[in-house]
Parts: sequence; structure tokens; C-alpha cells
Amino acid sequence: MTFFITQAINGIVFGMLLFLLAAGMTLILGTMRIVNLAHGSFYLLGGYIGYSVAQYTQSFTLACLAAVAIAVLGIITYKTLFEKKFARETVAQVLITFGMLLIISDVCRWIWGGNPLAIPKPELLSGTLHLGDIVFPVYRLAVIVIGVLILAFLWWFQEKTKYGAIVRAGVDDEEMTQGIGINISLVKTLIFSLGALLAGFAGVIGGPFVGLSVGLDIEILLLAMVVVIIGGMGSLKGALVGALLIGLVDSFGKSLLPEISLFTIFAAMVIVLAIRPGGLFGVK
Amino acid sequence: MEALVVENVSMDFGGLRALNALSFSVSVGERLAIIGPNGAGKTTLFQILSGMLTPTTGRIFAFGKEITKLPPHQRAALGLGRTFQITNLFFNLTVLDNLLLGLEATGHTRFNPVRPVSTYGRLLKQAEEILRQWGMWERRDVPVRSLSYGEQRQLEIVLTLSQKRSILLLDEPTCGLSPEEAKSFTAMISGFSRDFTVLLIDHDMDVTFEIAEKVMVLHYGQLLVHGLPGEVKSNPRVQEIYMGAEE
Amino acid sequence: MKDKTGLVVALVLFACLIVVPPLLPTFYTGLVTLILIFAIFAMSLDILQGYTGLASLGHAAFLGTAAYVVAILNVKVFKGPHFTVELIAGILSAAFVAAIFGLFVLRSRQTYFLMILLASSMMLWGIAFKWRSLTGGDDGLPGIARPNLSAIHLNLANTTHFYYFVLLFFLIAIILMYLVVRSSFGHTLMGIRESETRMQALGYNIWLQKYLAFIVSSVFAGLAGVLLVYYNGFVSPSELHLVLSAEALIMVILGGSGTLFGPAIGAAIITLIKNFVSGYTEHWMIILGAIYIATVVLAPQGVYRLIKQLMRK
Repeated sequence: MTFFITQAINGIVFGMLLFLLAAGMTLILGTMRIVNLAHGSFYLLGGYIGYSVAQYTQSFTLACLAAVAIAVLGIITYKTLFEKKFARETVAQVLITFGMLLIISDVCRWIWGGNPLAIPKPELLSGTLHLGDIVFPVYRLAVIVIGVLILAFLWWFQEKTKYGAIVRAGVDDEEMTQGIGINISLVKTLIFSLGALLAGFAGVIGGPFVGLSVGLDIEILLLAMVVVIIGGMGSLKGALVGALLIGLVDSFGKSLLPEISLFTIFAAMVIVLAIRPGGLFGVK
Repeated sequence: MEALVVENVSMDFGGLRALNALSFSVSVGERLAIIGPNGAGKTTLFQILSGMLTPTTGRIFAFGKEITKLPPHQRAALGLGRTFQITNLFFNLTVLDNLLLGLEATGHTRFNPVRPVSTYGRLLKQAEEILRQWGMWERRDVPVRSLSYGEQRQLEIVLTLSQKRSILLLDEPTCGLSPEEAKSFTAMISGFSRDFTVLLIDHDMDVTFEIAEKVMVLHYGQLLVHGLPGEVKSNPRVQEIYMGAEE
Repeated sequence: MKDKTGLVVALVLFACLIVVPPLLPTFYTGLVTLILIFAIFAMSLDILQGYTGLASLGHAAFLGTAAYVVAILNVKVFKGPHFTVELIAGILSAAFVAAIFGLFVLRSRQTYFLMILLASSMMLWGIAFKWRSLTGGDDGLPGIARPNLSAIHLNLANTTHFYYFVLLFFLIAIILMYLVVRSSFGHTLMGIRESETRMQALGYNIWLQKYLAFIVSSVFAGLAGVLLVYYNGFVSPSELHLVLSAEALIMVILGGSGTLFGPAIGAAIITLIKNFVSGYTEHWMIILGAIYIATVVLAPQGVYRLIKQLMRK
């Protein structure tokens, strides 16, 4: 029983982290159809920068601001490459972002070395909680809370603002939206940088328990992709459900069937696709 | 047996009803013209007939066989051919290649992965005949994207006709053609044997009424009038709509 | 007249390839062998990406599966080389993966298709990585012996002999792939690339054609996998990794998507760059990444088309 609850909570925590990544990815895919293979690199780079900031300032809060650096990187990438020139060319996007992945991966190794690192937890959240027999790190529970807060924000953004209406409609037609008085170009830039921000932020808050290591960029990119595939492109709800699902499958899989844990995730993906080819909540 | 039977077909796009409870039939060999203002649902109807869209409700029959859920390629096999309002050709391939793809579709050659296309003598001869007939033989090696708009529109028609499908859905076939070309096109369609059934959408009223034996008027997705050309022309509602919509 | 130039160039290149071992030091012979193997790999992807229009970042799945099957047979089952069985099993296993993947991957539109294929391919990587008992995990499987061809007086342990062995398969593969793209089947693939809706309207079952293209492409990728594992004598999860799939894609684009021979040139360029740059700096990944970006931005039509354009002047 203890085992079950511990694994479940671990799964939810990891799921929340995946949600931050997948949410950004799914919004970007849904509104702009841009495939960004460097999304995992944003996570990793954000984490590493956060690590250095934490080392230098001894402040976890300031480390979180590393996410802003990633957001800026996101804006630059979008403005120079994806806004006009390769807006619709999937192969180009994929190769460019993969090139970025290679470069960022090497730069990270260059600066921070090849050994795994971890960001120290903030003092305030470094305790443990006792729920009956179960001992649980407060930090991980905090991650769940943060995840929920961000989820609430994104939900508000999508459902209650006019910018969100664009996202919901999956519209990216300039002329159509100009008529309603929305600057679609601004919205798209906003969404791309929000995605990058979330990825970088996830890297920082994941720092204490997932750590930072070589190859994590691809690992986490892959999981985020599977979440988006399962949840459905463009669907925030799908990203949440998919993320929690994969988080739990990953957690239980790793502890029960470590040899084929990735396979169980794959199986989950194939099963979902067989029933709903567009993902659970695929917008279209 | 009718060539085409449309039974209570409606098409919804989200909240928008593009076609509303359409029912009509087309006899074998008939020339039916479908007219109506822009947005009346004419191309949507073609999309449904050819299988690119599935109607929200209703059924469709071709030669007595229900085709409502049949995928496009199987409808083609049953005898449905169409041209596209927005030129839909293989732009980076040559004129000859475009036509060959039309001719190869009906045989089994398309699954042969080793024999070069250039060795299919019969196919190449067929293609040459057709291109010469249309005066396009000299342009056979030109990639379609380099053709003029008019030439592309002509190829659009040639490609479809070359397959000799028995029900032809022609969507704005004379768009982009010169007056002489439109004239010869009209004569050609009129000269087709009764084995071919023709459904025509065309903005050119001369072409339309020259070819049509029956006319169907669509307005906001509704079937307004369906009858002989004379009847339709003199129908007051039709005149009302066209007075307003005439460019 | 244009065709004759092509033929002449092909013969000249062929002649060059034949004289590589006697003229160049052993190291370079080995390098050209590797180029030939990757050329097969890249060309096989071109059938899918350049001709059918299906952009794939999962091509390593085919190469890697074939490589592992050969390795496992070689090291664990036969405990020694058994060429015919390994070759056939390798290629069939690649085709099998394609047959399975094709069932659930081809129903989706472009971006989704790419992501699902990428994820599926990486899942295979994950399996190879974790299943230590079968695949050796991230240590891989070493000690794969090259086929024993002493019956025809070939010692494949010898670099030169092995080079000609690979060259033979390269020629067979390139001729077969050339036939495929010039055939009616290849023709229909191009039609699909240009306009799926038109092909459907003409009566083609485009799902089936795409599925067959997937399998045909995987057969040649599998062949590359078999040759690669003999070349290295060793297999590891990297043979199934996204990085390898991406390399194949950049080889195709750099060489010239949809030209068949272009990707072979792309394979040569990328392999040479990787080899030489990694000799000079340990940060060759940055250079490679920069090349990915530069290719897309500066020369998206590929080297082969550039050469053809220059030749016209």
C-alpha cells in the first residue's frame, strides 16, 4: 500500500513536470504547427542556468528566473526562423531545431561538464511530510502545487481571454483575426515564448529530483512528445491527462518492470492511437 | 437505374450548415448543371460526391450502389471522375507525367516496382494521342508549375477526361480558358456519348446553358429549383438571386 | 543527351570507387566503406521522404533492428557468422518493423506522423537500452564476426576485401532503388507527394501505396544495418537512436531530397565532416548542429541540384 501511494505520488510529480513541457509543446503545435525538437534542450539549458544562478546567489527563487533566459531564446528563435521563413516547413523546422539540440547539448557539456548535477532544494521546502507510514519530501508536493497553479493560469488564459480564444479555435489566419482586433502575430510570439518559458522553468524546478545530465534533453523531449501524441495536438486537457498518465506509467513501470519500462509507455501510446488516432482530446 | 442518387444529404461544419437536406437524382447520360451564388454549397456537394467529405446526414448512391462511406479511390473505381475548382495537379512533375499518372491508375502497373515507366509503350502511345489531340504534346516535358494558368486549367480537364470515368464532376472547367477554348470544350462535352453522365459547375452561363439538359439551383445550401433550363431561367426566385449576385 | 552525361558520370564514379583500395591508405578505404553503407541508408530514406513526401525521423528503427537481429544471431545463436540467414533475417526484421509501424503511423497528417514515428523509433531504442539480457543494454553487443567467405577466397577481415563486399551490395542496392523510383510504383509515390487528393480522385489507394513505400524503404535501410554491424563488429543502442535518424535526414536534404543520388553525396559529405571535424575538436557536435541549420537556410534544394544547375552553365 505504501509502495503504491509513494509510486503514485512520484508519478504525479513527474507528470506535472511533463505537463509543463507538453503544455507548451501542444499549444505551439496546435496554433502554429511548429515542431520544436529543441524543446527538451530548453528544459535542460534552463535547468543548467538555474543551477549556476543557484550556485552563485544561493537563492532558488532567483534560479527560477533562468526560465526567462530561455523565454528570450525562444523569442529569438521564433522571430528569426519560424515567424515567416519556415512557418510551414516541417522538415526545415525539424532539422533546424535538431541542429539547435546538438549545439545546446554540446555547449551544456562544455560549460557544466558531463557529470550529473542537481540543484539544491530551497531551504523552505526541504523538509519531509509524514502521512501515516509514508514519508514524503515536501519539495515534490510543492512541485505538484506549482503545476496546478500553472495549469490554472493556462486554463484561464485559454478559456477566459480573447488570446485564448484564438488558441482554442486553432486559428492562425492573419486576416481573420485582424478583423476581430487581435494581433495574431503577437499572440503567436507570446505562445512560443510561453512554451519556452515553461520548459526552462520545468528544468529548474525539476533540478532537485530529476537532476541535470547529458542525454536528458532527448529523454524528456521524447516523453513530452508521447504526452502530446496521447493527449492530442493542441489540447491542454489532453496534455494534462497524458502527462499524468505517462508520469504514472513511468513511475510504476520503472519500479515494477524496469527492463521494459519504456516499452510500457510505447504500448500506452499505441493503444491510445488505435482507439483515437488523433489523441484522446485531439482538436483535429 | 440512376447514375447518381442523393438522398437527404446535409453537411455541417461546426455550427454552419453548408448543405441542407439535399435530395436529387441524375439519370445515366444526363447533363446536369449546378448553379448558384458563391458559397451556395456547390463545391461542397462535389466534395461529398467524390468522397473527400462525409456528409453529416444522408446517403449517396452511384449506379445503385451505396457510396456514402466509400473512400475516394473506390468511388473512382466505380466510375466517378472529377476536376477541381482550384487547380489540383502534380506541379513539380511534367505534363506527360501528370497524364501518365491518370492512365496508370486504371491498370496494375502502379504496383510494379522495377519496370521503368518509359518502357510501357502502350501507355506512352495513349498519352501521346491524348496530348496531341489537345495540342499539348510540345509541352509534354514542361513541369506543370511552369505552365500558364490557362494551360494548367486545360490539363486539369485533360487529366480527368483521359480516365474515361462514366460520371464526370466538372468543377469550373472553363475557368482560365480563352473564349475559343471554352467553345471547343463545350462542343466536346455536348458531343460525349450517352455512356457519360456529366455534372457541371460553371460560372459561365453560356457554357452552362449550352451543355445542360437539366439545371439545379443551390442557394445557401438549399436546393431551390431543379428542372429544365427554360423553367429555371424563367423562375422568378432564380432571377431575383441572380440579379443580385451577377458580377 | 542529358541521360548520356549521367551515364558517363556514373561510370566514372564507379571506376573511382573500384580503385579506392589500391590507391588510398587503408584508413580511407575503411572510411569510404562507411560512406557506401550510409549512402544506402540515406537513399532508402529518400524513397520515403523525397519521393513519397513522408518526412521521417525514425529511419534508424529499420537500420538498428536489422543490426541487432544480425548481432544477436551472430553472437548468441550461431556463435559465429552465418551470412545468408543473418542477411535475410536482418532485412526481414526491418521490413517487419515497417509493416507494424506503418499500420498506426500512416493514418496521421504530417506533423503528427513525424512525431509518432520519432517516438516509436525511440521506443525501440529504449527497449535495446534496457533489455540487457538480450541486447547488452547500453554496452551493446561486441564481437560480431564478419561472414566467412573463404569458399570464394575472400577474407572479410581484410579491409580491402570487405570494401569490395560492401561495394557489391551498394551497387545492387543503388540499381534496385533506381529502378524503383523510375518504375510505375515510384511514379505513383511522386504523385502522392505532389497531391494526395488528386491521386485519390484518380483512383489510387494512397494509404496502401504509402504503406508499401514504407516497407520498400525499410528493406534497403535494413541492408545498410546488416552491413554496418559487420563493419563495426559491434552494435549498440546508438544504431536505433534519434541522432542517427536525424543524420539520415540531413544527408537527404543536404544531398538533395528526391534525387536519389543526391543523398548518397550527402552521406559522403556528412560522414567525411564528422570524421575529420571530430579529429580536430571534441566540440564537433556544435559544428554538426551548425551544418544542419546552415543547410536548411542556405542550400535547401541540396548539393545535387546545385551541381546540375552549375553544369547547365
